[in-house]
Amino acid sequence: MAEKLLEIRNLTSGFVTEQGIAKATDRITLSVEKGKTLCIVGESGSGKSVASLSIMRLVDYAGGAIFEGSIGFSGEELASMSQKEMIRIRGNRIAMIFQDPMSALNPVFSVGDQIAESLRLHRGVSRKEAWRQAVDMLRMVGIPDPELRAKQYPHELSGGMRQRVVIAMALICKPELLIADEPTTALDVTVQAQILDLLQRLQQELGMAIVLITHDMGVAAEMADRIAVMYAGKIVEEGTVGEIFDHPSHPYTIGLLKSIPGLEGARGEELYTIPGTIPGINQLPSGCRFHPRCAKAEEKCRQAEPLLREFRPDHQAACWLYDSGGGLGGDDKESEVKRA
Amino acid sequence: MNESYFIDIRHLKKYFPIKTGLFNRVVGHVKAVDDITLGIYEGETFGLVGESGCGKSTLGRVVLHLQRATSGEVFFDGKNVQAMNSQQLRRLRQDMQIIFQDPFGSLNPRFQVRDIIGEPLRVHQRASANDIDKKVVELMELVGLDASRRNRYPHEFSGGQRQRIGIARAIALNPRFIVADEAVSALDVSVQSQVLNLLMKLQKELGLTFLFIAHGLNVVRHISDRVGVMYLGKLVEVARTEELFANPLHPYTAALLSAIPRPTPHRKKERIVLQGDVPSPANPPSGCRFHPRCSFAQEQCRKVAPELQIVSSDRQVACHFPLEYSEMKVLIH
Repeated sequence: MAEKLLEIRNLTSGFVTEQGIAKATDRITLSVEKGKTLCIVGESGSGKSVASLSIMRLVDYAGGAIFEGSIGFSGEELASMSQKEMIRIRGNRIAMIFQDPMSALNPVFSVGDQIAESLRLHRGVSRKEAWRQAVDMLRMVGIPDPELRAKQYPHELSGGMRQRVVIAMALICKPELLIADEPTTALDVTVQAQILDLLQRLQQELGMAIVLITHDMGVAAEMADRIAVMYAGKIVEEGTVGEIFDHPSHPYTIGLLKSIPGLEGARGEELYTIPGTIPGINQLPSGCRFHPRCAKAEEKCRQAEPLLREFRPDHQAACWLYDSGGGLGGDDKESEVKRA
Repeated sequence: MNESYFIDIRHLKKYFPIKTGLFNRVVGHVKAVDDITLGIYEGETFGLVGESGCGKSTLGRVVLHLQRATSGEVFFDGKNVQAMNSQQLRRLRQDMQIIFQDPFGSLNPRFQVRDIIGEPLRVHQRASANDIDKKVVELMELVGLDASRRNRYPHEFSGGQRQRIGIARAIALNPRFIVADEAVSALDVSVQSQVLNLLMKLQKELGLTFLFIAHGLNVVRHISDRVGVMYLGKLVEVARTEELFANPLHPYTAALLSAIPRPTPHRKKERIVLQGDVPSPANPPSGCRFHPRCSFAQEQCRKVAPELQIVSSDRQVACHFPLEYSEMKVLIH
């Protein structure tokens, strides 16, 4: 097994509200190997963005906090690190790109200056050298005529170009880990294809690990080595990309995959739907958080919360159906065992 | 032109002037919709796809006469919409409605849901408060909302529920034609499938004709009978859905289809990745507008703009060198 770069254990983070603590992520455990890609998949409100902000320790600035758990990053503990120490790592060894490239860029600085800034901060290189490297980086992310573009301002660039600039900014210090929060959601499909190709190419060239946060199962299928599916603050299923798509096991993952209209096969028929909507983090149901929407829910699901368990090699799920200690209906379990 | 079209769009143009300087001098035009001819049959769903800025939303609005066309005609069930006076238009508005993309921005936050859904009834039918209330309850039940919540405000509903409110408002007057402008794009997958099912159910029950504008190609494929592909204000291809997805004839359609990420991890196929960005519609390239990004472009493409031509029944393409079926198979598979 390859070396783990990032190891999150029992991470609980969220916000203190008038009604008490709202846990946007609830004891999640995840890990990323060096040079590999982990996709965190989930719908809005599942806590995937808060998870990424916690790794960057930016959740502190978003009005939230880490309440519990550890975030190990190549031997260092990020969860308890001071913000002062964190500055050393953030933007340097771990970088992040956001969904909306326009609000991630400062409109009053040229893009070259913005890319050079983190080099000057983290590496202390001269202004001239930083600019030269910024131009090289722009070339690397596929921006034509980088000498000219470096002098331009964000509003002079198209959406796809801006996202390339944001990627250049994130990668200028050659980070070991890149966190990308819905990097292509605001882009058109043809531009999305360009950006995804670019990320894959840069990952190979720089040997970095990627945590990609997305709601699009198609993007996850193309990019991921492993996938973690989140629902209402919990990881409900985790495994290699092959396992998740070939043997989706948690009823939520199965429902999610079935409700996407396909590009092959029957059209115009009624689509599979998961009834209801994702609950807010301050009104979570008892037991398994998915049970009110789950067709297979039983009494046990209403009472006790299932834990994430490895029930096949490289594949974990948090569901009583796959928990050998649990006592859910015999038929389902037997068929699962047979399939396994 | 074909007599049987329910919505018949002929040579429709919508140019937005670019004004500059102290005297608002017009220095050019953004050709958002540039000479589009298109027909939609009664009861069908016509999907319109394209990237942002290609003019698909503008086309939807001009067809509904929410924006006045620069030139060209739109016939609604044989009647020329552009030539109508305001009284006739007002009557026609009952028959054509729109569902917007943003379930947050399209509902007035100060209105209760009953007033949002009931407003078209009040304006067009002058019904009594009692009748309106009855109809609102009926509509909310039809779109799958809890009618006892009709005295609530939009912020108390989730994104999917708000989109249902928008749909209930759109069907309140029993329209015959609805433009759905990115109606499911802002929704999560599990909610999106619920709303798509609702739209398909309503179409069957109410016999609606849809112009379904979207950029999510899998969604368009699922719901549409025919699909039109737009690029920079021009319609580049029109075909029945199965044919378009199986054998795209225009290189742009092919690139668009191959760019969709598919939820099948084992099929690592070669994608056609288009280089560059969509050019500005204020200053489109000469000849075929797609030629700077097209890998099949030849001299003729740079000079002469191709017309939308009928290649077989229900199949039109605007390309000098449409892809052969065999060529396409090589590219996609």
